[in-house]
Amino acid sequence: MNAERISAHASMPSKQPLDRRDRGGQAQPLLSVRSLRKHFVIKKDFFGRPVSQVHAVDGVDFDVLKGETLGIVGESGCGKSTTARLLMQLLKPDAGEVIFDGDPVGKPGGLSLREMRRQVQMVFQNSYASLNPRMSVEESIAFGPQVHGLGKKEANARARKLLDQVGLLPNQFASRYPHELSGGQRQRINIARALALEPRLLILDEAVSALDKSVEAQVLNLLVDLKQEYGLTYLFISHDLNVVRYISDRVMVMYLGRVAEMGESESLYNAPAHPYTRALMSAMPSMDPDNRTQTAPLVGDPPNPIDLPPGCRFCPRCSMAVDKCSVQEPELASLNDQQVGSRQHQSACWRAADVQALAATPISEEVLS
Amino acid sequence: MTAPCVTAHQSSPEQVPLDASSTAEQMVDVQNLKVHFRSPGRFVQAVNGVDLTLAKGEVLTILGESGSGKSVTLRALMRLLPERRTQIHGHIKVAGQDVLAMSRRELSRYRGFTTSMIFQEPMLAFDPVFRIGDQIAETVCRHEGVSHREGLARALELFELVRIPSAKRRLSNYPHELSGGMSQRAMIALALSCRPRLLLADEPTTALDATVQIQILLLLRELQRELGMSVIFVTHDMGVANEISDRIAVMYAGRVVETGSVDEIIRAPRHPYTVGLMQSRASGELKGERLSAIPGSPPDMAFPPQGCAFAPRCSLATDECQQEVPPAKVLGQQHWAACWKL
Ligand SMILES: Nc1ncnc2c1ncn2[C@@H]1O[C@H](COP(=O)(O)OP(=O)(O)OP(=O)(O)O)[C@@H](O)[C@H]1O
Ligand SMILES: Nc1ncnc2c1ncn2[C@@H]1O[C@H](COP(=O)(O)OP(=O)(O)O)[C@@H](O)[C@H]1O
Ligand code: SF4
Ligand code: SF4
Ligand SMILES: [Mg+2]
Ligand SMILES: [Mg+2]
Repeated sequence: MNAERISAHASMPSKQPLDRRDRGGQAQPLLSVRSLRKHFVIKKDFFGRPVSQVHAVDGVDFDVLKGETLGIVGESGCGKSTTARLLMQLLKPDAGEVIFDGDPVGKPGGLSLREMRRQVQMVFQNSYASLNPRMSVEESIAFGPQVHGLGKKEANARARKLLDQVGLLPNQFASRYPHELSGGQRQRINIARALALEPRLLILDEAVSALDKSVEAQVLNLLVDLKQEYGLTYLFISHDLNVVRYISDRVMVMYLGRVAEMGESESLYNAPAHPYTRALMSAMPSMDPDNRTQTAPLVGDPPNPIDLPPGCRFCPRCSMAVDKCSVQEPELASLNDQQVGSRQHQSACWRAADVQALAATPISEEVLS
Repeated sequence: MTAPCVTAHQSSPEQVPLDASSTAEQMVDVQNLKVHFRSPGRFVQAVNGVDLTLAKGEVLTILGESGSGKSVTLRALMRLLPERRTQIHGHIKVAGQDVLAMSRRELSRYRGFTTSMIFQEPMLAFDPVFRIGDQIAETVCRHEGVSHREGLARALELFELVRIPSAKRRLSNYPHELSGGMSQRAMIALALSCRPRLLLADEPTTALDATVQIQILLLLRELQRELGMSVIFVTHDMGVANEISDRIAVMYAGRVVETGSVDEIIRAPRHPYTVGLMQSRASGELKGERLSAIPGSPPDMAFPPQGCAFAPRCSLATDECQQEVPPAKVLGQQHWAACWKL
C-alpha cells in the first residue's frame, strides 16, 4: 500500500523544505552511482559469445546531492539516456551499484525496485509517445498513484491539483486527450504525471528539447517552481549548453560512456578542464553578429562506442593530445580547487591543468596545439 | 523559357551559370503568398500573406517556431505541395520566372537547375537501395543529358566539394552506411549537383549534434560564398540564424512579422514577438532568475485568431490589435515589422 517512509531524525538545516522521507541527512547524497556499466551486445559468434558490443555506459561514478540539479551533457550516443534508464531500473546494469539515500537498490536488505521507482520518476523528450492516447489527462495523471494503492477519488483530486500547479486549468484540461494538446501542454502533463507519485528525484531526459523556444522558457520556470515547492532533486539531460548552465548547480560531461569532466557549473563553464568540454562549448552557435564562429572545434561525427581507441577515448579527436594519451587512459581526478567531496571539479584528462590555463584566453583566439 | 545551365557540364562547379534573361538583382520575390490546405473536416490556413524578397547571393533565414509555416513557404517555392488538396494564392517569382505558372516540363528544369532543396532528414532525399554515387550521377544525367561516367565524375567532384573524407570510396556507400553529418553532406552534394542558383534549406542541422551542426553551417557558408548562391535557410534557432544569415525574417502564425539584418533582429528587435523570443532565452547570466517567458502557445492554424495573430500572447495588445491585421511598418532600410504599436 501507500508505504511512505517517515524518518524520525529529520532536523537538518536546509534551504529547502526537508523531505520527511529523508534518511541520511542533507549531507548524504540522494543518489550515488558507482562503477556503473552497461554494454549492449550487437553481434554474437557461432557459440553465442559477444564479438561486438556497444560500450554505452562504461564505468561511471557520480553523486546526485540532495536538492541540487545535476546537468548531463555530451554528444549523441555518449550514454546519457542509457545512464538515466539504468537509474530508473528500466535496464539491468552489467555491473555497478546504485545507492539511493544510503540504501543499495535491488540488493537484499536494500531498497526494493518498486520502492525505488516511486522515488525516482522520469520525463522524456517525446511528449506524445509517453502519454496513452486513450486516457484523458486526468486519468493519465491519476493512473500511477492508483497503481500504487491510492483510491480513485484521492488520485483524481491529486491529478487536478497537479494540473493546476503545472499551469493548466483543471476544468479546461482534465477531460482532454493527448491529441487535443500542444507540445508544451503535453510536456506539462508528463511532468504532472511524474510528480503524481511524489518522487524525490526527477530525471528529465531532453524534456524541454522538443519544445518551441517561446514555450521552453515557461516549462523551465515551471521546473524551477516545482523544485522549490516539493524539495525535488533533478537530473537534467540536455544537448543545449545554455539551458544546462541556466538550470544546473553542477554539470557532468560524458564522452563515449564515461565521465569526461564534472564540477559546479560556473567553475566548469568558466574554466573547463577537458578539451572535449571546450569543444562542446565552442560548437554552440554564437549569438553575436560581430563574432560568428570561424572554425569548427571538432571534425567529423561523434564516434560509436563500439571499437574504443586505446588510452584516452577522446584522443583521436583531441587537438591537445600528447604521446601518453594514446597509451594510458586518464582516470577522473580532482583538480586543485576550493570545493570538497562531491562538489569538486574533476576531469579525466592528462593535461587538465593546461586546459584550464587556456580558459584565460578566449576560445576563438587561442591556438590549440 | 530560361535554361540556365545547358552547357554547364564542362565547367567546374565553382562557376556560377549566368542567366541572360534576368538582369535584375532580385533572386526571389514572393508577394502575398497564401497556402491553405483542405482535407475532409479540416481547413488549415498554413501561410497567410507572406512577402519575401531575396537578392542574388544573399542568405535569408526564416526564423519561427513549429507550425509557423516555414516549411510550407519553402515547399511552395519548390511547388512541392500536394496539388489537389492545396490552394496557393499570390505571386512567386524566382530568377525572373513565375513559379506558380510553370508547366510540368518547366518545373522539372526549375527543380535542380534553378532551385534545389535540402531537408532535416537526409535519408528522405536518397533511395535506400541504391549507392549514393549512382544516385547523384543519375540526377546529373537526367538533368544534363551526360553519360553515367561523366555523372559519376561530377559526383566525385561534389563529394570533394562538400568535404567528405575518402570521397571516392564513399560514393559506393549505401545511404544507411553514412553517419549523420556525412549523410547531411551527401544530401548537400545532391542538391548542388546541377548548380542551383537558389538553395532552400529546411532545418538541415536541427537533428544534428552541435559539434556536427557547426561544421555543416560553416560548410554551407563557404559553399554559398564560393558558388555565389542565394540561400533561404529555415530554422527555429536564433544562434543558427546568426551564424548563417545576412538577413532574418521572423515568421509567426503564417506571416512574416519582422524582417531585418541579422544585427537589427538580434540586437534591436522591435516586434513584441521577436523581443519576447530574445528575452526568453535561458543563459548563464540569468541563473537563479525567472525567465521572462512568452505566455500561452502558438495558435492552431485551423483556427487562426482575428487581427494580429500574436494578440492572445502579447502584453501590449489592445482591442485594435484583435480587429485588424497590422500592416508592415518601415523601421530602417531593410528593417520592418508588422505591429500596431510601433
Ligand atoms: N538497446 C540497445 N541496443 C544496442 N545499443 C544500444 C541500445 N540502447 C542504446 N544503445 C547504444 O548505446 C549508446 C548510448 O546510447 P544512449 O541512448 O545512452 O545515448 P545518449 O547519450 O542518450 O544520446 P542522445 O543524445 O542521442 O539521446 C549508443 O551508441 C546507442 O546506439
Ligand atoms: N500537407 C499538409 N496538409 C495539411 N496541413 C499541413 C500540411 N503541411 C503543413 N500543414 C500545416 O501547416 C502549418 C504550417 O506547417 P509548416 O510550414 O510545416 O510549419 P513549420 O514552420 O514548422 O515548418 C501547420 O499547422 C501544419 O500542420
Ligand atoms: S588525455 Fe590527452 S587526448 Fe585525452 S583529452 Fe586530455 S589531452 Fe586530449
Ligand atoms: S499588433 Fe498589437 S497584439 Fe500584435 S504584436 Fe503589436 S501590440 Fe502585440
Ligand atoms: Mg538520449
Ligand atoms: Mg518545418
